[in-house]
Amino acid sequence: MGKEQGIGARVPRKEDARFLHGRGNYVSDMHLDGQREVAFLRSPLAHARIKSIRWPEGAPIVSWAEMAGVSPIVAPSNLPTFKISEQHPLAFEKVRFVGETVAMAYAPTRAEAEDWLEKIEVEYEELPPLIDSHLARANKEVRVHEHWDDNVFLTLNLDNGFEEKSRNAPVVVRKQVQLNRQVMVPMEGKAALAQWDERVDQLILYASTQIPHMIRIGLADVLGLDHGQVRVISPDVGGGFGYKCQLFPEDVCCAWLALKHRRPFRYIEDRREHLVAGANCRQHHYDLTGYADEKGRLLALEAEVTIDGGAHSNWPFTIGLEPGQATGNLPGPYEFQGYRVKTVCVATNKPGFMPYRGVARTGVCFAMELLMDAIARKVGREPWEVRHDNLVPAEAMPYDNVAKKHYDSGDYRKALVMAREKLDFAKWRERQKTPEADGRKIGVGFASYCEQTAHGNSVFAAWGLPITPGYDQAFVRVTPDGGLEIRAGVHSHGQGMETTFAQLAHEVMGIDIAKMRVLLGDTGLTPFSTGTYASRSIVMSGGAVVAACKELVPRFVEIGAHLMQAAVVACRFEDGHVVGPQSKISVKDIADAWYKHPERLPPNVDRTGLEITMAYKPERDTGAFAYATHACVVAVDPELGHVEILDYVIVEDCGTIVNPMIVDGQTFGGAAQGIGTALYEESPYDANGQPLASTLADYLLPGPTELPNFRIFHMQTPSPYTHSGIKGMGEGGGIAPPAAICNAVNDALKEFGVEMAETPMTPRRILEALEQAQKNPGEKAA
Amino acid sequence: MKPAAFEYLKPRDLPEAAAALGAEGSKLLGGGQSLGPMLNLRLARPSLLVDVSKLDSLRRIEETPDLWRIGGSVTHAQIEDRRGSLPGIEMMAEVAAGIAYRSVRNRGTIGGSLAHADPAADWPLALAVIDATVIASGKAGSRKIPADRFMIATFTTELKADEIIEAVEVPKLSASARTGYFKFCRKTGEFPEASAAIVLDGPRRVARLFIGALNGAPQSLPALAAAVAEKGMAAASKEAIVAALKAAAPELDAVGLRMHAGAVTRAISQAVGP
Repeated sequence: MGKEQGIGARVPRKEDARFLHGRGNYVSDMHLDGQREVAFLRSPLAHARIKSIRWPEGAPIVSWAEMAGVSPIVAPSNLPTFKISEQHPLAFEKVRFVGETVAMAYAPTRAEAEDWLEKIEVEYEELPPLIDSHLARANKEVRVHEHWDDNVFLTLNLDNGFEEKSRNAPVVVRKQVQLNRQVMVPMEGKAALAQWDERVDQLILYASTQIPHMIRIGLADVLGLDHGQVRVISPDVGGGFGYKCQLFPEDVCCAWLALKHRRPFRYIEDRREHLVAGANCRQHHYDLTGYADEKGRLLALEAEVTIDGGAHSNWPFTIGLEPGQATGNLPGPYEFQGYRVKTVCVATNKPGFMPYRGVARTGVCFAMELLMDAIARKVGREPWEVRHDNLVPAEAMPYDNVAKKHYDSGDYRKALVMAREKLDFAKWRERQKTPEADGRKIGVGFASYCEQTAHGNSVFAAWGLPITPGYDQAFVRVTPDGGLEIRAGVHSHGQGMETTFAQLAHEVMGIDIAKMRVLLGDTGLTPFSTGTYASRSIVMSGGAVVAACKELVPRFVEIGAHLMQAAVVACRFEDGHVVGPQSKISVKDIADAWYKHPERLPPNVDRTGLEITMAYKPERDTGAFAYATHACVVAVDPELGHVEILDYVIVEDCGTIVNPMIVDGQTFGGAAQGIGTALYEESPYDANGQPLASTLADYLLPGPTELPNFRIFHMQTPSPYTHSGIKGMGEGGGIAPPAAICNAVNDALKEFGVEMAETPMTPRRILEALEQAQKNPGEKAA
Repeated sequence: MKPAAFEYLKPRDLPEAAAALGAEGSKLLGGGQSLGPMLNLRLARPSLLVDVSKLDSLRRIEETPDLWRIGGSVTHAQIEDRRGSLPGIEMMAEVAAGIAYRSVRNRGTIGGSLAHADPAADWPLALAVIDATVIASGKAGSRKIPADRFMIATFTTELKADEIIEAVEVPKLSASARTGYFKFCRKTGEFPEASAAIVLDGPRRVARLFIGALNGAPQSLPALAAAVAEKGMAAASKEAIVAALKAAAPELDAVGLRMHAGAVTRAISQAVGP
């Protein structure tokens, strides 16, 4: 016994009771005495100069001019060619996107605060909006940031053996793909409640954030406070997905108000604000050329990637992260030797880009996997076969790829073959031979990817970030009754870490997880971590929890041996007990001695006691690569343009699994978001930069009836570099669905010569492609 | 996204509601499923909301020998829950069951939906095709408006400022009547991209076919309806449907035509298909 709650156990989540009974505690649930609600006046224009801002004298309204002592947010990157820009928490001189914060008002209720906003008069001088990234890139006259000489945040170039490997390639396939802009849509949007605590001379910010410790640093710096004067508490957080990985202008504004007026100020983002000012992800364009042999074996890849970066570089991840990831991850799970890429990140009049679950990998997977299918069509082979032959073989692991990524372990081909079998591929190919009675067209699609997870200092330093993760720390303490407190600086907002961290501790200590308390996301109570992002927490903070637990074991043995009057060397620790030659003694008894009966302790006892903070980082910090193949079957209705997913198989490998139910849940949730990208979600803009999806009636999300019963299968190849061989997996589900579904749609529509290459594949886009193909029969898309 | 301040009145009866409606800036509130969001977005800024959703006289479903009289404040859910017990107008229960989500149906009302006049909504199309009559009552008394002429354009109806939809009268179809109703929604519960409905009631000499989800009110395709009544599916060739659509809704582009043709085909097929 003892390990039944440890690594690999299907234990129910400790946090479920409060979430499922509606007893979670979010910023929206909080109310402090004297609290004021804050509302923001947001720019109605995409690009304009602010001539004046006026309001009735004495009104509870603030613009940037009043915010003395606050610095603009600056998120620089060390990447070559990177241009620095400033973001003022309230707009200064210019507005750069619709929804940008221009002024704020506060009142006892949000409705009254919004009433005050109507009293503000802003005089704008309109400037030409820069909406299309390709046009903005070429435009040097009109600039988002006028002190620059163009609209390019940065350009990354990489060339590794391209000329040599592409020369004489018999098969050359070019493919252009587009992912449109999206919103991340966590159930809870931004939320901040700032309070000044006179007693401890501290600003307390309750914030819905994934990165409380980094927010503390950023907020203190922007406000000109000592870091010790800021405490950031992240209470329950209703989803993050990367959206809550930034220092929000609204956080800074609430904090400033609390400092100035010495009373609590709260801001809760509403859905419309989120859809308008939060449309900040996924918009990539790829122009790829694949060079292959006659069998479709990829020899070299050339790519130009254009990222529509929006107006601002967000702190701390910077606008450099997305192009950095696209450049490095584009080659995917494939084995080829020639690669040349140019990635341009362009400033436009839209919200500044943020890394959304999967980050650039959803885009690069879409691009590469569409290219794989295009190559397969060109050489006349099954796409899965061509994919199979190109995947890095298991025997090549660990493998250093053409972009200098170090793939640590795995059998990529096995996952693909297993997905094909689980889908019953042959059955569907057979069915495709007979027309469907309802006139729909059936298609099968595959997508494979590998995903860098839990990468550390060297990787983030290479992306030029102002703060990079190093060691993650965790604190553990045995309580007087033999329970365990675990504290870590990451935060859980759906990942189930209150459970999995307890499972990791249980694996070492054997204490019942019901007797463990996991406390996360509070800079006042937890040791430092850069936070939860990049599928890192279970490896990094989890590793620190394991290290801390292991460090306490010799102390248990020392005290336990003394209590049993046995020699330390004759005792061992097993399943929550120190076992001696004649008897055993529990952690509870040891805790009893330490806290309540110190006279029983050995005279030379380790005085650091039954608590410790330990740090962890993997032996190699280049990442543990999880991977998967998604395979699906769709039915496309050529009259309505509707796509129904008939079957969806996921075979994934995230190394050693800590809790299979949580891995399934994360995979399911990610895949649901991936289906959103594939078929539903889009934040379109008109030529003036006005967002056209400002309510959920226009921005469609997949619901339960749109999602298939994902059939998820696991492989477990441990990482050689991490504790227990665990790999991160939080993002993976969201990477492959657009590619798998698009490949299936194209398979279904191949008789019409239609090749979709843009997300989302709306009925209108599919029908337009069919109409186009009908007009130009025989002219196949690239 | 919180509404500007407004007064709220819950009238005891129709005359009190009609009197209050006459005031400047007053607006009728039914289930609030469209008006609620518009208030929150501050797109609608009434000074007074007159809530008729709980008026008993508007919440009844009554049967007469020839028709069903459905009160203006009857919810979609009330109609949905009468499945199997609305002889002659079972189609109404099926349409109700397909509106948005159950939580919307629990509050949204038939009168509210008609008065709001969203081109993609279900009731303007369903009530037009079934040839219902809207009973509007105001200070000058009550009057009858055919449902297929009630909606004038997007968010615009025949209702006068002081008028309230008291009820809709839905004629009973013959036992041998056949109906079809199809809407194509990108996802469950969303407003459709295209919709079509057909009622063929030989004994009553009725053949009506309408399309919805257009730029304005639902449009009738009478010639196609007559042809289908006579020849069944044989009259529903792709060419015939597209020609009828082009005549009824010239604003449809190639994609719109394709989607609406799909919807019309399926509605017809439900009624007379194999």
